[in-house]
Amino acid sequence: MRLLSFAAGILFSALALAQQGPIKIGMSMPQTGSLGAGGKAALLALHMWVEDINAKGGLLGRKVELIAYDDQTNPALTPAIYTKLLDVDKVDLLIAPYGTVPTAPIMPLVKQRDLLLMGNFSFQANHTVKHDKWFNNAPWNNASSWSDGFFEIGKKQGAKTVAFLAADNEFAQNLANGARELAKKAGLQTVYNQNYPPATTDFSSLIRGVRAAKPDMVFVMSYPNDSVAIVRAVNEIGVGESVKLFGGGMVGLQFTPIMESLGSSLNGIVNYNSYVPGIKYPGIEEFLQRYSKRAVEAKVDPLGFYLPPFNYAIGQMLEQAINGTKGLDQKKLAEYLHTHEMKTIVGPIKYGPDGEWAAPRVVQAQFRGVADKNMEQFRQAGKQVVLYPETYKTGEVVAPFEKARK
Amino acid sequence: MRFWIGMAITFAAACGIVAFVNFDYLFFAGYTILMFVMLATAWNILGGYAGYVNFGTPAFFGLGAYTAAVLYKAFALPLPLQILAAAAMSGLLGLVAGVLTMRLRGIFFAIATIALVVIMETLFINWRYAGGATGLQLLRPALTPPFESYIKMLFLLMAGMVLASIALARYIERSWLGRGLRALRDSEEAAECSGVPTLRLKLFACTVSGALMGACGAPMPMYLSFIEPASTFNLNYAIGALASPMIGGTAHWLGPVIGALILSTLQQIVTVTISSEMNVLVIGVLLVVFIVAAPDGILGLYKKIMAAIRK
Amino acid sequence: MSFDLLLEAVLFGILLGCFYAAVSMGLSVSFGLLDVPHVAHPAIMVLGAYCTWVLGRWGIDPILAGVILTAPFFLLGMAVYRFYYEAFEKRGSEAGVRGIAFFFGVALIIEVGLILGFGVDQRMVEAAYIGKSLSFGDIRLPMRTLAVFGVALAMSAVLTLYMSKTFTGRAIKAVAQDEPALRLMGANPVRIKQWAFGIATAAAALGGAMLIVIGPVDPGMDRVYIGRTFAVVVLAGLGSMTGTIAAGLVLGISESIVLIHPDLGASWAPAVSFTLLLVVLGVRPQGLFGR
Repeated sequence: MRLLSFAAGILFSALALAQQGPIKIGMSMPQTGSLGAGGKAALLALHMWVEDINAKGGLLGRKVELIAYDDQTNPALTPAIYTKLLDVDKVDLLIAPYGTVPTAPIMPLVKQRDLLLMGNFSFQANHTVKHDKWFNNAPWNNASSWSDGFFEIGKKQGAKTVAFLAADNEFAQNLANGARELAKKAGLQTVYNQNYPPATTDFSSLIRGVRAAKPDMVFVMSYPNDSVAIVRAVNEIGVGESVKLFGGGMVGLQFTPIMESLGSSLNGIVNYNSYVPGIKYPGIEEFLQRYSKRAVEAKVDPLGFYLPPFNYAIGQMLEQAINGTKGLDQKKLAEYLHTHEMKTIVGPIKYGPDGEWAAPRVVQAQFRGVADKNMEQFRQAGKQVVLYPETYKTGEVVAPFEKARK
Repeated sequence: MRFWIGMAITFAAACGIVAFVNFDYLFFAGYTILMFVMLATAWNILGGYAGYVNFGTPAFFGLGAYTAAVLYKAFALPLPLQILAAAAMSGLLGLVAGVLTMRLRGIFFAIATIALVVIMETLFINWRYAGGATGLQLLRPALTPPFESYIKMLFLLMAGMVLASIALARYIERSWLGRGLRALRDSEEAAECSGVPTLRLKLFACTVSGALMGACGAPMPMYLSFIEPASTFNLNYAIGALASPMIGGTAHWLGPVIGALILSTLQQIVTVTISSEMNVLVIGVLLVVFIVAAPDGILGLYKKIMAAIRK
Repeated sequence: MSFDLLLEAVLFGILLGCFYAAVSMGLSVSFGLLDVPHVAHPAIMVLGAYCTWVLGRWGIDPILAGVILTAPFFLLGMAVYRFYYEAFEKRGSEAGVRGIAFFFGVALIIEVGLILGFGVDQRMVEAAYIGKSLSFGDIRLPMRTLAVFGVALAMSAVLTLYMSKTFTGRAIKAVAQDEPALRLMGANPVRIKQWAFGIATAAAALGGAMLIVIGPVDPGMDRVYIGRTFAVVVLAGLGSMTGTIAAGLVLGISESIVLIHPDLGASWAPAVSFTLLLVVLGVRPQGLFGR
């Protein structure tokens, strides 16, 4: 059956359609593979935006249609998928997949065809190709924007030494390089510096090594599975009395199922986030309530603090650009996005010339008073105390790390 | 003679498609399909003719891809030279694998090839110059006329390489090399006693198979403009290279071609319709079914049907 | 590197090594003794781990679950061997290539089946001994590794005794050494091999339970364990039970030391088993205690 519709799809696309069809937005989204869990939640948010827009009458008087394929977090599949989107499905606009790894291979394609591409939570995907129609929606721009907060907090605590533990993948390594630079500039001494392969499940040996080095700060850059294993290992073995600050760049500790299953072992960890309850972005609380109901039905991340609002915001930005330029011309849209500040449910967004946020807004928050097996507790403000940036601060850090865990 | 005419016609057809069709998606998908045909043909030289199962296709393919990428980054080497270098490196790797397991049974060679994939992948994850785990973004060089788009050039290049590999496989199959390999496959001891230089033939097959896989991998970084370890050393290449000849038929050069065309086209369609895992499951089941029920593959079935019709 | 750190690493390596030995014992029987190219052994182990997880959802302790699973997996093993024998071994040497490819296909089907059934995410179990550690001064050893160590020792002891003391056990060894002689003595080699393969598969199931106690599992884990189990079996010398323990310890300690090494570190840990394997194959293919 699918084969027939596939063939039919090609046939119909080949026969030129009348202009008054729906506006088609195309993308691939990892729905399986390492980023699959996040990707599914993100996709739900995008679908919600499409429904909201169509309920309001669509854009430019036309309905909006989203075409999304699963790229399995595999960068080898994305060029073929995006070429199909462009040549067969004939989409009008492109959104990038979630994550840097699936996005990187399509950068040359969009540059060659001079197309607008909305980046989706990727990190420095444009720094080689330097495409002028790239707009990444993520609260960071370069590596230091991510780690600044963590090091600031550490400095205030008088930290002199730092340990780095990073996964061997594109995101963590990019982040790690920037963080190491920062550490050097801040005059911190690196006493431990280890990378680990992505499939590592047992961290007791690594945590043992960290403990033996007696660092003041431990900066961890990990992906969801490793983040969980690391938190558990810390719980089992401990990192030692010397550590004032632990965490920084652990992906996954923002995903609801993980937060729920780790429970009290999270206490004391200072980690990045894009949004925690208590931060007042206009419209976000209402969105999250609606999202939560849909998420439970769809069996994806029920709280949805991390990716969904940002994906919804991508839709909002496209909406503002299309309405602002009254058309779908890629050049004009790009110009609009470069020159305007857009209002979204994750706050106001303005872009720098490289297509990243001009002003980063990476939150560093400390888990406090988290109980086991309780998902609802995270809805209240206070379980993640915001320590940075100053504008959103809701409390002071509790250090040393071992003390904050009690 | 018919073979060469067939080759010429196929190549001319490829040129024709490149010249007149302007449907980029066809070339992207087509490139992948052709790639699997070449991998299957290369695999079959060792696996089908000599009977040495290779699970490590990604190691050879990936080494070829990285060789090309690194040489391009360091010296801006043109693609044909990248391909030659990649073939040389992967051929060398094949030789090493063969030498290591020289006097051991086939199963040890198979396990050694798995080891190679992990070691290669670990090596490249840890090599910062080649991008490490982060991967390397590469900008394609300027196009040379008469090609209008880079992907068309890659498509034609891959078509040429595929035809060359098939010709090579056919040559090996029909020559004394092929006879020796078949003897080796049927019974290594008996072959040795009959004076067949089994060791040298084994090493020859390992090297050639590896070299072809490496050459196949070389254009990959240019195809994606990006290379990173996890997807380059992906299990899918091992599966495709192994399942295609097993399903198509291992005794004849046409087997891998048929098997790869079917499997790869199926994969391309499924990638954009149903789920991805289902696609791997289907291939796995097909593989097992064919291995058990139709050991000579589709070609074998065809022969049986033809023979039955004649009766 | 401080002495404490090294000592802790070696201790941890011994615990881990025993675990590797235990999960490889099944392969020692099926590949070492029976010559079956069983590359699907780790996949069956992962399948056992997932079954343990399912039983865990009903509140059954993982190790108990592992013991319970040995029965159905034993039967599964017998059935698989019967099938393999009818389809391949009976038909002669061509079976070599196809036998290997067959098990590869089986491993693939298991892996993808698990992905379809459980998703690609990791699964963990909970138990009283998971999450705590035992401290000796500055040294901390996770309880889960101690628990698995205990089970591994017990399983190794049982298997070794079985192979040397019982009639069937010795028959299995005999069939590996000299099948025609065994047939002449009135025993049916196919039935014995079937029985042996069943035991190997049951061992794999218990190994799977241990696997999920040691850490989270995901469907793709069988790949790294192909390296580890085959490295252990080859290093041990095909068919040697005691050798398997020694080889397991070698692997466990090497991995543990590489993990804390400041330069090599964790990036090279997964390659340790495979490198060890290649070295053994190249230098001393008959292993430590090979026959």
